[in-house]
Formats: sequence, structure tokens, C-alpha cells
Amino acid sequence: MLKAHASDPAALPRLLLTVFALAVLWPGLQLSELNPGVLLHAENRQQIAAFTSAFWPPAHDAEFLKLLYQATLQTLAVATAGMAFALLLAIPASLMASRALSLRAASRGGRGGVMSRLLRMPVRGVLIFLRSVPEIVWALLFVRAVGLGPTAGVLAIAITYSGMLGKVYAEIFESVDQRPAHALLQAGSGRLTAFFYGILPSAMAEVVSYTVYRWECAIRASVVMGFVGAGGLGQQIDLSMRMFAGGEVASILLAFFALVLIADLLSRFLRGRLA
Amino acid sequence: MNRVINLLLVGAIVAAVVASFSYLELDLQALIGDGGPGQMGAYAKRFLHPDLSADHLQSVARGALETLAMSGLGTLLAVVLGMLLALPAAGRFGWPLQSAARLLLNGLRAIPELVWAALTVLAAGLGPNAGTLALALHTSGVLGRLFAEALENAPAAPAAAIRLQGGGQLAAFCFGTLPNLWPQLLAYSLYRWENNIRMASVLGFVGAGGLGQMLYTTLSLFQERQASTVIIAMLVLVLLVDAFSDAMRQRYVRA
Amino acid sequence: MTINLHGAGLRHGTVRALEAVSLHIAQGERVAIIGPSGAGKSSLLHLMATALQPSGGRLELFGEQPWALSARARQRLRARIGLVHQTPPLPPRQRVVTAVLAGRLGQWSTLQGLLNLVYPTDVRGAREVLAELGLAEKLFVQCGQLSGGQLQRVGIARVLYQRPEVLLTDEPVSAMDPVLAEHSLALLNRHAQANGVTLVASLHAVELAFAHFPRVIGIREGRVMFDCPAEAVSEQMLDALYANEQLASQPAQAPSLAVQIPRC
Repeated sequence: MLKAHASDPAALPRLLLTVFALAVLWPGLQLSELNPGVLLHAENRQQIAAFTSAFWPPAHDAEFLKLLYQATLQTLAVATAGMAFALLLAIPASLMASRALSLRAASRGGRGGVMSRLLRMPVRGVLIFLRSVPEIVWALLFVRAVGLGPTAGVLAIAITYSGMLGKVYAEIFESVDQRPAHALLQAGSGRLTAFFYGILPSAMAEVVSYTVYRWECAIRASVVMGFVGAGGLGQQIDLSMRMFAGGEVASILLAFFALVLIADLLSRFLRGRLA
Repeated sequence: MNRVINLLLVGAIVAAVVASFSYLELDLQALIGDGGPGQMGAYAKRFLHPDLSADHLQSVARGALETLAMSGLGTLLAVVLGMLLALPAAGRFGWPLQSAARLLLNGLRAIPELVWAALTVLAAGLGPNAGTLALALHTSGVLGRLFAEALENAPAAPAAAIRLQGGGQLAAFCFGTLPNLWPQLLAYSLYRWENNIRMASVLGFVGAGGLGQMLYTTLSLFQERQASTVIIAMLVLVLLVDAFSDAMRQRYVRA
Repeated sequence: MTINLHGAGLRHGTVRALEAVSLHIAQGERVAIIGPSGAGKSSLLHLMATALQPSGGRLELFGEQPWALSARARQRLRARIGLVHQTPPLPPRQRVVTAVLAGRLGQWSTLQGLLNLVYPTDVRGAREVLAELGLAEKLFVQCGQLSGGQLQRVGIARVLYQRPEVLLTDEPVSAMDPVLAEHSLALLNRHAQANGVTLVASLHAVELAFAHFPRVIGIREGRVMFDCPAEAVSEQMLDALYANEQLASQPAQAPSLAVQIPRC
């Protein structure tokens, strides 16, 4: 027990870690062709300067502003509708994937049996699959499948976010105090009732908080997806960039910042009130 | 009173959702009825036989390594830059520098990675360099702000004690503040890396190399079989990074 | 005079922590500071350690005024002073060996300091210091896993490793059991005597103060009540020092005042 180390026992692991990090760093630098100096080269700086100087003044003619307003609303709508769909899918999925509602677990102090794991694993697997493929890939696929426009964005958000929400909901349900639900299950109540009376009250705050946070992320995601044709502000930026209309790009970016700011404020307000 | 307000809020949210659907005029009819699922099904079926020939696998593997390098180095660069900016942003060097640093950090993180990528592709040309730089710039804004918050919340006593016994500023920071801070910094950085590995695929769409660029090309050329291999590779990459990040968190972040 | 205070005062906002304190401590002296809670013992020690700037009066260390010096000169001065905090400011995730080696950061170059952060270069030196305090086997344990008394000993070990010329200790044994407290104080005094180091300790346990220190200073409400050799402190002086009108007056005080105290 009282082993007196002659030298630092952490020395060897640290050395190995350093060597490993360096060994991985070199090929990494090669593969990514990293060269930050490129940003400072004279002709590149001129190009960036020329590009960014076109940003001023931002376009503000009435026609364009109307377009901008509609695009903003579209982005908001895509995010909200996508989240609504995602919730539709996520809530049942999370209930199925969560060990919180396992009847076996209720009577075994929280440890599920083999059958419950067999049932829940595939659902969890599907959720992980849905959230691991980047949403823009889904957007790209949906644009090819259903055409350009906001529908592709809504579907892409619905699919990816159902995965994210489902997995996190399941984890939240498992992380709150399980005893009320267990007691109800053992007393013979149905699973859904046990959920509503036993788990939901304590989990509600965290669930709402996370959902509102994800809605905020969905707004940014829908702008990104617009780049590949899913409508909204993103598609407008793409179009304006292709036409090198710096002023328009600047206006759209400003609108985007304002949107993100408002969404942030709204999100904080809602989380404060509802959670 | 509280309940009434909350009910009103919930009502407003439901109204907003309904309004969103009606505004978009989503042609759900075309989607769900009327041959829509059939069309999507046919499209999806074309992905079911991924191209696993040696040639293609080799280029996918190279693309995957490129994407991994892009995201990893981009995050690493962001950690360094973020840390450098977080010190003034936490107020360590006085008030004017704090405002300037905060402004810079907010600017860096407000601009989404794709827009950064458009700029860096302009500057650095097509290829993974542009993607790495774009990720680094955006993530340094995010990490810088998180680091600054963690710095502000760190207890000042250990570093002050080292200053009191004659140690320099750097020594006081490294011996006093850093030991308890770095697990938190590591957790934030790992979380951003998980995000960046997904983003790195996306940046390929604007020409920043890696799997994203491959996906864009194959989809545009209607080579669905090759595209599905790329998607599988993306999936594997994301799962690997998530698992590695989880293992690091278990080892170093949980005390 | 190693430590000189001329009418030094200290103010925290509107609260006067110290009022016109004048003290002179020579090199190699061993002094104990006693007094009731909130009397200003900690403030006095922090003032002497240049952690706080006096709001009035003058402080002189090694013949120089630290607050009149440049920042760099003051840092060099601070490397010669060691302060043992009541609650050791040790990061919980830091290992004991690194925490102890940090004592010499004031004397090392930046590079050397950074090297010791990842690889402790003087494990033997750290082990020697810890062995004297009975903690040699905790060398590679994280500070967060130690008890309060063990942490205090690590704090003392760090300052001993620093080898300062002036050793200021703020309640260094408050979290230790009586045997350990006795042992640690004896160690500090032995070290001070052997190396000609000036030792100033603030203590709650009056009997420990009298057992180990030849000179005792009593502080109450920021003022020096008495400053004389240990034998010269009478029971009346102690009563006056610790008198508390708010608490129900119980004549029996510290349970084991074993030393006979003649009049001053």
C-alpha cells in the first residue's frame, strides 16, 4: 500500500501521450495542407479586401428588403415546422428507448433485463444513426428527392433533430429520480401513466430547456441548409454570392445576425418562464 | 397568474407552429399521397448498393482522413486561438482589451462556418486548407467565449498565492488556475470537435475538400452508389469521433 | 530590523482591520500572534507578506519599503518571504509533488517552472520536505484527495521548500489534531532556529503559542494589546485580550493552560 515511487509514475504515460500526439500531428498537417499564412499573402488579402469592400453599403432597396423579409420568415418557419415534426417522432422514440419505462427495471432496482435491452437497442441505434449523418447531407438528399425549396429543409431538420431530441430525452428520463415511476409501475399502473405521473414532472424543466435550445440551433441549421437549396436566408446568400452582389450578402448577413439575436433572447425568455 | 401566462405562452407557441406550416404551404399532399413516397422510395433504393470497389474505397479513405485532419487541426488551432483571446476577454489585461477581445470573439462565432469557408476558399483556394481555417476561425470564437466564462469562474486564490511568493504571471496561471481549469477546457474542446467533424463534411460543399466535396460531386453526377459509400464513411467517422471523445471525457474530465 | 511596521493601518471599505500597528521584528526572531477571532491576525500577516497594501503608515521589509518598489523588485522581495495560508490555496486536481515544487517558482526561470508542471525535476527534494511532515507517501496523490490537516501540511511543505528568509504562518495547525499540531509547530521552530529564519505565527491555541515561541503579541480589534516575552504574559492580560461581553461569561477559559504564567 505504501509504495514509495522513486520517480514520477505519471512520467511514462505523459511521455507516450506526447509522442503519440506528435506522431498524429505530422500526417494531420500534411493531409489538411494547413497554411494559415495564406490568409496574409498580399494578393489574397487584396481579394478578401475587394470582396468585403463590396459589402458596404448593404443593399437596402425596397424590393430587396421585401425579399429579405420573406426569406427570414421562411427560415423561421422551416425551423419551427421541422422541430414540430421532430418532436412528433422524438417523443414516442424516446419513450421506447428510455430505460425509465422498463417494467423489468422497475422491479430490479433500475437494471433492465435482456429482453428490454433487445427492444431498446435498435431504437437507440436508429436515433444515433439519424443524428450522426450531418443534416446538410439529409438536406442535399431531400433536395434531390423533392426538389428545391423549404420542404427539403423541413424534412432534413425533422429527421436529424428527431434523432438528437429522442436520444437526449431518453437520457433525461433516465437521469431523473426513478423511484416514483418504479413505485407506480410496481403498483400496476400502465407505462404511460407511470411516465406522466412519475417521470415527466421532474424531467419537464430540462426537456423544455433543451428543446428551446435546439430550436435556436435549428434556425442556424436551416440557414446552412439553404445553401444547398432548401430555401430561406441560406439560399439567398448562395444566390447573392454567385452574383458577387456584396451589398446583398451584407444585408442578408445582418438579417441573419438579427434573427440569431432575437432567437437567443426568445430562447432565454422561454427557458426562464417555462423551465 | 403565472399559470395563465404560461398557458398563453404555450398557446402562442402552438399558433406559431401552425402559422409556420401554413406559411410554407408545404405540399404534404404531394409528399405523402400521390406517388410522393414512391418517388422518394425509388430514390432511396438507389443508395442501397454502395460501391465497394478497391479504387473507390481508397479515395473514400483518403477523403475520410482529410476530413478527420481538417476537423482535428481546425479544433486544435481554435483551442490555441480561443485561449489566447479568452485571457483578455476574462478581464486579465484590463477593461479596454476585454471589450475588444469580446467583440472579436462574438464576431468570429457569429459568422457561420459556411460563410467563413466561402471567404477562406477565396483566399486560400479550393482544398482542405480553406476548410481547416474556416473551422478554426469560427470555433475559436465559440471556444474563446466558453473559455473566458470558465476563467472568470475559476477561483483566484491559488494563482494569487503563487504571485505572492514571487512567481511570474505565467507561472501563477499554469500552477494556480490551469490544473483545475483544463478538464473543463478539454470537455468544451471535445464537444466542439464532435460538432466540427459533422461540419467538415458540410464545408466540402463549398470546395473545402474531404468527404463533403466527394459527396457533392457524386450526388451532382447522379452517382448514387458512390455517394452512399461516402455517406457510410461519414457515419463511421462521426461515430468514431463521438466514441473517442466519450472515452477522453471518462478518463480526464470526470474527477 | 527585518520586519518594521510604523503605524500601519488597514481598511477593508469602512471596516478598519488594523489601527496604527507598530512592530519591529528582527532577523531570526520567533513570534506568536494571538487574539480573539476577527482581531486582525490574518490581516496583519497578509500585510507583512505584502499581499495587502497598508492604507496608512509604513511597512518595511529587509530595510526596504515594498510598496515603493517597482513591481519586478517587489516580486523578487516576495520570493524571500513565505506565507502559509490558513486554507492552503492548492488546486484540487494538482498532485502534491507539483504543489510542493511550486514553492520555488519565485526563484526559477519561467521555462524551468513550466517544465516542472509536467515533469517534476526535484522529486527527492519534495519528498524530503514532506517526510518531515509525515506525508512522504502522498507524493503523487491529488490534493483534492487529502484531508484538511494533510492539506495544511502540504501548504507548510511548499513554504519550507521555498526556503524563505521570513516565514509567516496564518493558523498553520488549525485543522490538525493536537499531536500533529505540536509536531508541526516544533518542526517549524526547529527549522527557523537552524536556518536563522524569522518565524511569525498566528495561533488560536494559546498554550501552543506559549510552548514554542519566546515572544508573544496579543491583538484585539486591530490594535496591539501587548508585545512581550512569553513568560511575561499574565492571566489578566489574556482575560483582557479574549474578553467578550456578548457571550455569557464563563470564567473557565482554555481548558489546558498548563504553563504557569508569572506577572509581566
